[in-house]
Amino acid sequence: MHQNQLEEAARRLTEAERSRTPITPLTQTYDGLDIPAAYEVQRAVIAERIAGGARVRGHKVGLTAAVMREQFGVSEPDYGVLLDDMFLLEGSEVPAGSLLAPRVEPELAFVLDRPLGGPGVTVADVLRATAFVTPSLEIIDSRIRNWEITVHDSIADNASSARVVLGGTATDVRDIDPRLLGVVLRRNGEIAETGATGAALGNPVSAVAWLANKLGEFGVTLDEGSVVLPGSCTRALPVSPGDHVRADFGQVGSVGVVFA
Amino acid sequence: MSGNVPKATTTLDVRGLAARLITAEDTRTDVLPLSRDVDLAVDDAYLVQREVLRAKEERGERIIGGKLGLTSRAKQIDMGVDNPLYGFVTSGMLHDATAPVDLSTLIHPRVEPEIVFVLKEELAGPGITPGDVLDATASVCAGLEIIDSRYQAFKFTLEDAVSDNASSALFVLGNEFVEPSGDLSLLGCLLQVNGKQVATAAGAAVCGDPAQAVAWMANAAGRRGTALKPGWLVLSGGLTAAVPLRSGDCVSADFSRLGGVSVRAR
Repeated sequence: MHQNQLEEAARRLTEAERSRTPITPLTQTYDGLDIPAAYEVQRAVIAERIAGGARVRGHKVGLTAAVMREQFGVSEPDYGVLLDDMFLLEGSEVPAGSLLAPRVEPELAFVLDRPLGGPGVTVADVLRATAFVTPSLEIIDSRIRNWEITVHDSIADNASSARVVLGGTATDVRDIDPRLLGVVLRRNGEIAETGATGAALGNPVSAVAWLANKLGEFGVTLDEGSVVLPGSCTRALPVSPGDHVRADFGQVGSVGVVFA
Repeated sequence: MSGNVPKATTTLDVRGLAARLITAEDTRTDVLPLSRDVDLAVDDAYLVQREVLRAKEERGERIIGGKLGLTSRAKQIDMGVDNPLYGFVTSGMLHDATAPVDLSTLIHPRVEPEIVFVLKEELAGPGITPGDVLDATASVCAGLEIIDSRYQAFKFTLEDAVSDNASSALFVLGNEFVEPSGDLSLLGCLLQVNGKQVATAAGAAVCGDPAQAVAWMANAAGRRGTALKPGWLVLSGGLTAAVPLRSGDCVSADFSRLGGVSVRAR
């Protein structure tokens, strides 16, 4: 893809999010939107947000379930950037009409107390660099019409990131088996999905290591204080206005969100 | 098994229906659902199941516990029912986890990870609560159940599945028996096939709480005059969708607090 096409694709995504008007899949509009080009579009989208005053507060890893990667025909996960304006406080509401077709994913969020710069980051480095883990809900959304996404569309669209709610109970990752926390996701009080934290690449610690190394390819380091969402513990749960969603994570606590 | 036998709602050939299922199992030949031919009520189906189990007992097998099926809300919605179902496990179903499963003894086996309760006290419903279940439980352990429907393509109604003893075939147990403590609904489980992770779940996948599932069985069986006995195992229901067990496969499950369990097929 040509540079001005990349910039145009980024502008379309930004405008879709701002106006809450979904667009046709970029892969239908542009030939040659391969994975490197898709990440370039993502970087252009994020650069525009940063130019508008947003700050990078973390990253998310997506496609961490093998079944999803097979469905999308890719061999590795993808990632997106978490900006400060995506973080909602637990107990506040997601305003009606603020998102297009939101879905909720429970994730064991990692918070770093020292930087992690790939390549060469090991699982041991991640364990040493993690201040604590906390329950979280990632609210994903697609700026692409009806979620008709290929992996390239999703990467360009910042890995379908939208909002993040952190639970606010901190647990030392060394005190738990980060693979085996049971996760129960309830919508309006009814159990909708169950899973375990190892749903993310077999171990969410591996997902953080993958992210640090992948970002290292682009010279990007995960900063001290970064929040990393390592991938969902269940299938994504579609939500409607009026829904409330809660996730319980074994002994590490719970987190909830309300959709006005 | 002892207890009062509920009256059948129709004059069904209970023995004849049970014989079809026993023959299907013996000859490893799947059959059409019984509900294709006869109008089966749930109570009738439990009478057919009892007859199937009686045939196993006549061959020297002993009932050593209970099992639950259709414990996932998603599966219940699929089948248009509001309740799980129960069956019983016999000494012939307990498989030594160190030996491979001989697939030639089964029709179309599938594996599901389960939390298994070992009872130290009788549970005689109705009126059993999840708290009663935990009080009556000596330990819980990891299990893999190998289910095998006698029906073609695993297609059946709730009544068919009850008749077929909840698709019972074999099960293996993990080596770690722990006293039940904490919230079993938040126990995590990872399922792997040949080293590749295929599913994850939490205890809440079975009836919201595995202890709730066991209480449901104690109450439902209690209404039919059967109590869960001290020393029995109760397989509380599949935590994930069942995965096919094929030749050469190794299926393993890891549970928080309960360790791991695995089974392989020849």
